Amino acid sequence: MFALSPEEWTAIALSLRVAAVATLVSLPLGIAVAWLLARKNFPGKSLLNAFIYLPLVLPPVVTGYLLLIAFGRRGLFGEWLESVGIVFSFRWTGAALACAVMSFPLMVGAIRLSIEAVDRKLEDAASTLGANRVWTLITVTLPLALPGIIAGAVLAFARALGEFGATITFVSNIPGETQTISAAIYTLTQVPGGDAQALRLVVIAVAISLLALIVSEWFGRRAGARVHGV
Amino acid sequence: MVFDVISVDVDKQLGDFAISASFEGDNGVTALFGPSGSGKTSIVGMIAGLIKPDRGRIAIDGDTVFDSATGIDAPAHRRRIGYVFQDGRLFPHLSVARNLDYGRWMTGLPPDEAQFKHVIELLDIAPLIKRRPGALSGGERQRVALGRALLMKPRLMLLDEPLASLDARRKNEILPYFIRLRDDTRLPMIYVSHDANEVRRLASRVVLLDDGQVAKTGGVELL
Repeated sequence: MFALSPEEWTAIALSLRVAAVATLVSLPLGIAVAWLLARKNFPGKSLLNAFIYLPLVLPPVVTGYLLLIAFGRRGLFGEWLESVGIVFSFRWTGAALACAVMSFPLMVGAIRLSIEAVDRKLEDAASTLGANRVWTLITVTLPLALPGIIAGAVLAFARALGEFGATITFVSNIPGETQTISAAIYTLTQVPGGDAQALRLVVIAVAISLLALIVSEWFGRRAGARVHGV
Repeated sequence: MVFDVISVDVDKQLGDFAISASFEGDNGVTALFGPSGSGKTSIVGMIAGLIKPDRGRIAIDGDTVFDSATGIDAPAHRRRIGYVFQDGRLFPHLSVARNLDYGRWMTGLPPDEAQFKHVIELLDIAPLIKRRPGALSGGERQRVALGRALLMKPRLMLLDEPLASLDARRKNEILPYFIRLRDDTRLPMIYVSHDANEVRRLASRVVLLDDGQVAKTGGVELL
């Protein structure tokens, strides 16, 4: 049962690539936004907050459609982006963008909580020792928030692996380009005799997700032990 | 004109509580003495630059670090004031050695092997330097915190009830280190306490605080 076909390997590899790129590229922005929300007060803060959480509550197909309007070939930014060589529509990069947008709220949420949990008294101590804001962030706040940053990244990665609605709406379901595991399973369930293949991919999806959660648990525990300093 | 080493004159409204304090400190140990809730920690926070006074002036060695009249407000990280907190506040993710070196690293001072060794000997913390803060006792933690503040080469030390979280036996163990520090470094210090015994053994000058105001200033005979 477990001799995978080349198409299946392609879908698996693509899913991993899309999820990894979506997570890694959005992580710096996720940390910055989480820090802003955790530590700063500014006009429009609740609006920014609501905007970031929007993909969590919108139907994924709506998010996908909005991405199409914004980043499609003839979209609001699509045309301009294409003129500088960045194309999202019907490309795996578009799938990564959709995954990044969909998983962003989870990432920001986890990181924000962990930054809020960092004792500000330690940041005060750092400033009396000569650290300006940026150095305090780099040497104290972020290292202490590391377990949450890892958790946020893994959560986003897992969410990106499972992304379906926004991706298929935005970049369709093209084998080898935008057909991730989820989209491949969907396709297989639509064709007669595809059940066995679909089941194989389902098992693989479960295995990858489990592995991601176990790895994050392990990293989280290690980072937690470091942070608590024993 | 002779400068006092430390000159503080600040007003601050914190909710219903008003602080209005003016005092000077010399080259020795100046004690801020008063019951808890008398505003001691807030005043020290203003000197360090962690709390902004509503009005007033703070100068160290003639260098004005805060003056509401001229708009001077040096940020905490540029004041070069060593601060030992009641709860130590060692960085839990860094080893004791990295904690000790943190201030020097952040202020960009060149490494000073001799001073590092000297401070470690002064405070008897050599056996601890490879450990993590989480593995230290309360007394050890405060000694490391003291060393960390000293190693950034401050021009003034603020000691905010550094012994308050320790039991009586530990206090008596640690107090001699503070006396050694005072006699060894000749650094001006502000020592916050509500323990008359500690203050008598350490301070040369006493500022009595009550309800956010300076009640009296003078020598240890005030206690």
